[in-house]
Amino acid sequence: MERKTKIHAEDNRHDLTITREFDLPLELLFKAYTEPRIVEQWMDNNVLLLENKRHGGYEFQKSDANGNVVFEANGCIHEFIPNRKIVRTFEMTNAPFDVQLEFLEFEKRTEATSRLTMHVVYKSVALRDAMLKLPFAYGINMAHDRLEEIVGKLK
Amino acid sequence: MNLRRDVFQAIADPTRRAILLLVTTQSMTAGAIASNFDTARPTISKHLQILTECELLQQEQKGREIHYHLNLEKMKEIANFIEPFRQMWDDRFNKLENVMKAYQQKNDA
Repeated sequence: MERKTKIHAEDNRHDLTITREFDLPLELLFKAYTEPRIVEQWMDNNVLLLENKRHGGYEFQKSDANGNVVFEANGCIHEFIPNRKIVRTFEMTNAPFDVQLEFLEFEKRTEATSRLTMHVVYKSVALRDAMLKLPFAYGINMAHDRLEEIVGKLK
Repeated sequence: MNLRRDVFQAIADPTRRAILLLVTTQSMTAGAIASNFDTARPTISKHLQILTECELLQQEQKGREIHYHLNLEKMKEIANFIEPFRQMWDDRFNKLENVMKAYQQKNDA
């Protein structure tokens, strides 16, 4: 089976490219990035700010069941061309990853399909590699949290 | 391709990740592992089988009991790998696609 999401990351480089083919018309794919209520649904974050324009900014936040903030990210939008391109910075608050630069390109494939190419540039090779490993560590943490929840229920 | 032997398929499941976590510090029997979950015992057995087939878990005969322990070498192998990152984006984009398909249907109606 062809994998829909592809990652291209060469050794000893401080960037990577993520590509994805969507069974969605281009306009709908782009809308998923610009409507705060929709972004919230698929990113699983609260959107505190989203200014879809050159020199605009954005802020995402996620809280746990007790209202503690567990994830916070923000950035500036450098270029905004509807249905074509977004260039923005991205930074996680309280995380040792520094700012990254993201080039998002949206392309029409057919009337019903589209493609997103995301070129992400990190500050260093080490930071990029740390970011690549993050989901694995995070997955284990998530499993641990869930485990604590289950164990908590048994008590 | 036998998906069951795909190590990344194995760690994509939260219960299986929880099992791996349980056996990081000690080897355990299937029964002891299962007692940590609300899930039915045969389901846990299936998870153990998958984790053993992809070599994340190793079996060890101790008297009449079989103990499971973590295969650290295999864990190291995947910790350095890019696949979990891809999986994370794939999950996220799948969600985007589903959200927008629902949105499209609502607006076409």
